[in-house]
Amino acid sequence: MNQHRRRFVAGFLAVPVTLYTVYVLSPCAQALVIALTDWRGVNAVPRFVGADNFRRLLGDEVFLRAAGHNLLLLALVPPLTIGLALLFAWLLTGDGAAGRTGGGAVRGAGFYRVVFFFPQVLAVVLVAVLFRQILRPDRSGMLNGPLTALGFEPVGPLAETRLALWAVLFVLVWQAVGFYVVLFSAAIVSIPRELFEAAAIDGARGGRLFLRITLPLLRDTVQAGWVYLGVAALDVFAVVWVMTAEQGGPDHSTTVMAAEVYRNAFHYSRFGYACAMGVVLFALTTGFAVLVLRLTRRERIEFR
Amino acid sequence: MSAARARLTALLSHAVLLWWTLLVTVPIAWTFLASVKSEREIFGDAWSPPATIRLDNWARAWQQAHVGRYMLNSVVVVACGTAGTMLFGAMAAYVLARYRFRGSRIVHALFVAGLALPVYLVLTPLFFVVRNTGALPLVGPFIGLNTHGGLILVYIAFSLPFTVFFLTAFFGTLPETVAEAAFVDGASHTRVFFQIMLPMARPGVVSVTVFNVLGQWNQYQLPLVLLPSDRDSWLLTQGIADISTTAGYDADWGALFAALGMAIIPMIVVHALLQGQIRRGLTAGAFK
Repeated sequence: MNQHRRRFVAGFLAVPVTLYTVYVLSPCAQALVIALTDWRGVNAVPRFVGADNFRRLLGDEVFLRAAGHNLLLLALVPPLTIGLALLFAWLLTGDGAAGRTGGGAVRGAGFYRVVFFFPQVLAVVLVAVLFRQILRPDRSGMLNGPLTALGFEPVGPLAETRLALWAVLFVLVWQAVGFYVVLFSAAIVSIPRELFEAAAIDGARGGRLFLRITLPLLRDTVQAGWVYLGVAALDVFAVVWVMTAEQGGPDHSTTVMAAEVYRNAFHYSRFGYACAMGVVLFALTTGFAVLVLRLTRRERIEFR
Repeated sequence: MSAARARLTALLSHAVLLWWTLLVTVPIAWTFLASVKSEREIFGDAWSPPATIRLDNWARAWQQAHVGRYMLNSVVVVACGTAGTMLFGAMAAYVLARYRFRGSRIVHALFVAGLALPVYLVLTPLFFVVRNTGALPLVGPFIGLNTHGGLILVYIAFSLPFTVFFLTAFFGTLPETVAEAAFVDGASHTRVFFQIMLPMARPGVVSVTVFNVLGQWNQYQLPLVLLPSDRDSWLLTQGIADISTTAGYDADWGALFAALGMAIIPMIVVHALLQGQIRRGLTAGAFK
């Protein structure tokens, strides 16, 4: 029996552990080593250069701008997405005083929820291609058609260095909001009714009820969403690579770390340098997640 | 609350919700409008209707722009990738959840650690790993660069952390008694897994399957690196991005919009049919 058991355990783990080791763990370990070399070509022999790549990164203007763009997205995507999603979830689910049992507080809540969620099931690349066309600078773009008809100058956010990153931000929020509406709606519905009733008896209603009762009770959900959106903001690739001009342009005004990793590795064959960028990206992601989780824990203790 | 005030509140709510509804639906509707316009009309007024509805855009996208081919490739890769992920992920999760052996904690921790791993850290070495496996005897030609086999194996490996993490927790909650009764009846470990435990875990398995299907269908970065040169093997995301970016001024714009429409329609249908499942699957993923 014991031998059967051992053979069964080994048999079930063999394939998944092998695949995971070959395709995830070993490349991960290799990346940490390659980041310390000047490996450039497919056939070149890598040379150990210590922390040189990292030192070079600190003076690499394009990479620093990319990291800055990631940090801007990290600062703005989570609050904008969560703010809009909370507003919509509140309007759709009501505050307990309204009929919270049926489809929602407003008529057609189910319909709104389906529509809002839809961008989430579209591949990010499709969304990027779509908005590249919508934001076309001439009057044939969806946005400019009506603008020019009204007599305004056509705008081309993707062609202007000052505006392009805001277009990226908008598209990221556009796609993410619906998912969080669904998430927050579910969380609001799961709050015990009595809490709302008690608060309503105390005279709280509308926006006040939402801010005082609903929002504090949604804290865990909001924080999970914040981490998730923040990590996604640090990992942005497809929207920038596919939607913006010159794959991160114009003039590097929208480039992000992931795009620079890809560009350096597969366009310039700077494998060592690209791995060093990957390590920095990894460190930032982990640092952000740990930071948020730490802050959460402390606040939670103070809260109780 | 007075009746008038309640009505005003409802009106305001609808105004806000309608604003976002338009923001979501109008771009998509505009794509479909452009997909039946001629080249001249596409570069003319953005909102004018086409003189004649040009379905030939759709035919060109399907055949000359190879969207049909790309879509078939995507379906094959995602179907095999998800099937493999669920089979191997469930096997690993089951063993890790219900059998104690030396090193089980470490194996579980290694899988879960993968959740925090950005794909960009491993991208460069991964390319060389897949390139090198292509030189293996016998299996090499099926799993190297530019092969769907290689991409499928990579998809499985990268989907394992979440799948194992979620299903380990799920298998842990299932009751012991049914499995014990089966063992007393002389059923083998393998049989207990496939005939008793896996069916019991169905709700969890369905959620994770939905999550993996959408995640793998969405993938762009991995095929971009691992299917670099052979256009016939490209996936839908790659193909459409390519039509949009690199084609430049020679681009067949009508076909581009038709291709977009073609990629959107199946998602509208899938979303309409499975919206409850999709929501559950994706929200399960939010707490990874």
